[in-house]
Amino acid sequence: MSLVQDSGPRRPFILRHPSVLLFLGALAAFTIVVTILSEAAGLGLVSTSFVKTLGKTLCLCLVAVAMDVLWGYCGILSLGHMAFFGIGGYAIGMWLMYARTEAIVADNLAAAPIPPTPQEISDAIGSQIFGVVGSSEFPLIWSFADSLFLQLLAVIVVPGLLALVFGWLAFRGRVTGVYLSILTQAMTLALALYLFQNDSGLRGNNGLSGLQNIPGWEDWPQSVVSLVFFWASALALALGYVLCAWIVSGKLGSVIRGIRDDEARVRFLGYHVESYKLFIFVLTAVIAGIAGALYYPQAGIINPAEIAPIASIYLAVWVAIGGRGRLYGAVIGAAFVSLLSSWFTGGGAPPINLGFYTIQWTDWWLVLLGLSFVLVTLFAPKGLGGLVDLWTERRRTADRVGDYGPDKGAWRREEGEE
Amino acid sequence: MSTLLELSGVSVSFDGFRAINNLSFQIGEPEMRAIIGPNGAGKTTFMDIITGKTRPDAGSVLWGEKSVSLLRKSESAIAREGIGRKFQKPTVFEAQTVRENLAMALKNPRGPFDVLMHRKTPEGAARIEALAEEIGLTGQLGRIAGELSHGQKQWLEIGMLLAQAPRLLLVDEPAAGMTPAEREHTTDLLKRAAETRAVVVVEHDMEFVRRLECKVTVLHEGSVLAEGSLDHVTKNKDVIDVYLGR
Repeated sequence: MSLVQDSGPRRPFILRHPSVLLFLGALAAFTIVVTILSEAAGLGLVSTSFVKTLGKTLCLCLVAVAMDVLWGYCGILSLGHMAFFGIGGYAIGMWLMYARTEAIVADNLAAAPIPPTPQEISDAIGSQIFGVVGSSEFPLIWSFADSLFLQLLAVIVVPGLLALVFGWLAFRGRVTGVYLSILTQAMTLALALYLFQNDSGLRGNNGLSGLQNIPGWEDWPQSVVSLVFFWASALALALGYVLCAWIVSGKLGSVIRGIRDDEARVRFLGYHVESYKLFIFVLTAVIAGIAGALYYPQAGIINPAEIAPIASIYLAVWVAIGGRGRLYGAVIGAAFVSLLSSWFTGGGAPPINLGFYTIQWTDWWLVLLGLSFVLVTLFAPKGLGGLVDLWTERRRTADRVGDYGPDKGAWRREEGEE
Repeated sequence: MSTLLELSGVSVSFDGFRAINNLSFQIGEPEMRAIIGPNGAGKTTFMDIITGKTRPDAGSVLWGEKSVSLLRKSESAIAREGIGRKFQKPTVFEAQTVRENLAMALKNPRGPFDVLMHRKTPEGAARIEALAEEIGLTGQLGRIAGELSHGQKQWLEIGMLLAQAPRLLLVDEPAAGMTPAEREHTTDLLKRAAETRAVVVVEHDMEFVRRLECKVTVLHEGSVLAEGSLDHVTKNKDVIDVYLGR
């Protein structure tokens, strides 16, 4: 394959990687079919809430692709990347909540006989938002909540900065393997515990809510809003996928796979391994932040439980079940497991009556997931993505394998291809 | 021949055990040098110190015309200075092709963004072809390195070292586990490499060392016991006592 790649004029990136093209095609077809079947734009066979579920699933696929680059290609098992996802959600949630509350407050005060002062408006917004935690003051971190641009910037900058500082400390100290995984768990746990506090400034365990109401889009029904976010999520996934595929297919991909397989050897080749790890860690954190910023307006609510350590473990489970080291595997794993999960926990799966005991899937789903994780790790390390290999292998073995002729001097298949 | 690398008075201990004891060593450019010594003589630690993996407790390691100290530099910075290292066990990237292995080693800017923006050039491809020719792996470029035989992996690793265009090559037991024919090829490779640069070979096998036809340094208990031609050191009484007499 690589022989073919190196010869001839340079073709566009996407054409050189048919799996990327195939993925984009499948994603586009899926998006169009869902749109046609949706309530807003077509037949109404897919409910608005299911469009939201699908849109959220696309965001989870995006963060899984990032996780695959980090874990499957670079060998860093981060069990804290959902923290960055959550931060992205909080960053956009702050603006959504502020802007919407501001509109409501302005409406209310407009009826008052005396026009309100800016201070009065600000106080009213504050007590609306922070009433639940017994405060009406705006904490410092809400300073930019009125600016969509700055909060969008925060979606990228805050996860990036946190990943930069955390990664710099961890990688410089040569923390690797399971120790790094534990450290990332500690990071996401610490962040979740901090946010659970009422005086954290982000409404404690209430989190941010009403995020499905987009300020300025009041006239649009949720069926339309859901479709817009679904499309945005699909676009983000497509762009993120192409970016990640571009990174891992080039020389950088070669170096990070080298780091995964033999870190010391890469170092003795003259590559500063820590910089590479930091680059990948920060990049994937930023992608996770963007995915989170698209996810939570569709979920409608974000609270600190979303960045509990278990969330990041799920992320690793998706990638493992889908198949590490291949980007489409991560997408398949995230989509399959998370949709199955909502089917089981949402009461979609019928309970199984064993006579002496009835299996309620809401209780037993996690056991089933854990079991399949163990089984996949032990018996099918390539995951669901490995099924694709079965198909391509079969095509290959159907082709001629040995010499072209019966005698030893005959042409071999390799020569025949030239 | 000017001095390329100079170690003087280097000592290092691990938990009270003196692995290297007041070691002094010099090598010029170009030069071939063989290092022999019994197990535990400190051969691997010696390489670890030069490549920055181990920091010595005392002494200095000076590099190049400007006598830069290597002690403060990271492993990757030392590698970029022009010191290549081959490990005893062949360590190539088995999941990647021979071409990718060589491309990764090829002398090019090493920063993440340089590598991200790197594009294949005809010069790079030609260089890889030439290297493959030299290490006898022409036609194997598209193969996954994990499929190569033991000897081919050793050559690939030597090829990766050459691709780095180092000024000093440190080679740990290159002939281990090779057939006689493969050994001969390896000797040729190393001799040719030593025509233009400094090469240090750590080896147990006397026959192999003899074929390298170079100056020999004998290490024992972390310091230099004898130095000179192979015939000279094998006649040395101390050397016979600690090493050859066994």
